[in-house]
Amino acid sequence: MAAFLAMGGYAVFVWPAYIISVLVLLAAIVVSLQGRARARRSVRRLEEDSGETGENQT
Amino acid sequence: MTGFTALLVRDMRLAFRAGGGASLAAAFFALVSALVPFGVGTDLVLLGRIAGGILWVSAALAALLSLDRLFQADFEDGTLDVLALSPLNLERAATAKILAHWLTTGLPLVVLSPVLGLLLNLPPPGYGALIASLIIGTPALSGVGAIGAALTLSIRRGGLILALIVLPLITPALIFGAGAVMDAIDGSGRGAFLFLAAFSVAAAALSPFAAAAAVRLNLGG
Amino acid sequence: MITFLANPKRFLDFSSAVAPWICGLAFLLLAAGFYWALFDTPPDYQQGESVKIMFVHVPAAYMGIMIYGLMAGASLVGLVFRHPLADVAAKSAAPLGAAFTALALLTGSLWGRPMWGTYWQWGDARLVSELILLFIYLGYIALWNAIDDPVRAAKAAAILSLVGAADVPVIHFSVDWWNTLHQPASIIRPGGPTIDKSFLWPLFTMMLGYTVLFVWLWLVRMQTEIFERRARSLMMARGA
Repeated sequence: MAAFLAMGGYAVFVWPAYIISVLVLLAAIVVSLQGRARARRSVRRLEEDSGETGENQT
Repeated sequence: MTGFTALLVRDMRLAFRAGGGASLAAAFFALVSALVPFGVGTDLVLLGRIAGGILWVSAALAALLSLDRLFQADFEDGTLDVLALSPLNLERAATAKILAHWLTTGLPLVVLSPVLGLLLNLPPPGYGALIASLIIGTPALSGVGAIGAALTLSIRRGGLILALIVLPLITPALIFGAGAVMDAIDGSGRGAFLFLAAFSVAAAALSPFAAAAAVRLNLGG
Repeated sequence: MITFLANPKRFLDFSSAVAPWICGLAFLLLAAGFYWALFDTPPDYQQGESVKIMFVHVPAAYMGIMIYGLMAGASLVGLVFRHPLADVAAKSAAPLGAAFTALALLTGSLWGRPMWGTYWQWGDARLVSELILLFIYLGYIALWNAIDDPVRAAKAAAILSLVGAADVPVIHFSVDWWNTLHQPASIIRPGGPTIDKSFLWPLFTMMLGYTVLFVWLWLVRMQTEIFERRARSLMMARGA
């Protein structure tokens, strides 16, 4: 186990590389999903609003 | 006087006026080149080794300076709309403007460069290569720069974005140009001039089309 | 298929149906790839265990370049064929391409450090070209954001991406040429006949995983862009 973590002496390079990779991929996923959720919400809100306005006008 | 020549002469005249691009670019070129020793120290040998690179980087930055108004001024006062409708098509108009920019910005840099080379202790074999590389390479700067200018003409303070867009694209000119100077000093022949010329010719031939397309998208509006 | 998807609503329906599967596949491939790369690959006789960085560097670098190609292709389709969603596709892909390129630079730097002794080596032509590619991505994204009119922004960005696409091979060539002045220090040699077969399959899995992940996120971002456009037009209709 210790040998695995040590990565033959290269641990200080290998592990940051993998951790950074995972972090960047996760960040891309989170940012993209959040952005979509926000956009969906604002469309829904605007559609409801214009729906109400339409009803009032009739 | 054909429309092309008329546009060319007019742009050149505007550039040489106070506040035009010509003197500004030349002064900036000299200033930046002169600043470098303050940053890297007085070691003449070191300066001599990096002189070609310094001058090429300064030249690229200086060429950028006058670019943001290349199309913007004419866009704002409606001249571009007139040009688009005139028998002189936008591609030829772009070529005229690029040529004018080169003649008023690029060439003064070429003239100034040996003097600045002296300041930076450029070794004697480098001078010919410096002048030749700038003559061959600065048209590429004007051409690619014009594409950036056309793309950014509707942006307030577009100069910064213009620089961000254009500088990566002209890396080959910088690499081959400075490389040519270095090769002349080292005595090695790696074909720098050939590649630089190829890049410049391609840029000069293709950039008017890209620039015109970019102008058109802003006019269509 | 492409003309079928030209209608935004149809695209949203299609992508919503397909996205969960693509997401699932991506996670499967990445889980398998990471596990394989970390636990089941031998050390390189020259680079030792640091060769494991290859499994996160090469896919990222590959994505950086492939996404730019997709961006340029989408831009071309938008300019020439006026496909309504082409510029949405290009705009959505760009930040992902920039992220992968930045990741490639970070991991490449870590990979090279044990070999070069420095965190950056100008002598590695591939890495230097990727650095310039990152700047090109940033300029592209900046241009999209700087132009107010979305139609103009789309066309301007499209032209820029095509100019960039033509220039990137030239840039790579010039950086390669530039390196002949220095000692060729390209230790990073992930591809070609020198690669050990035991590295090949984990590498492919990772590359496929990264690709599928990108496709999923690309769909998500395109959906976002379509929603945002709908929101904008709803707001403008209100104003009227």
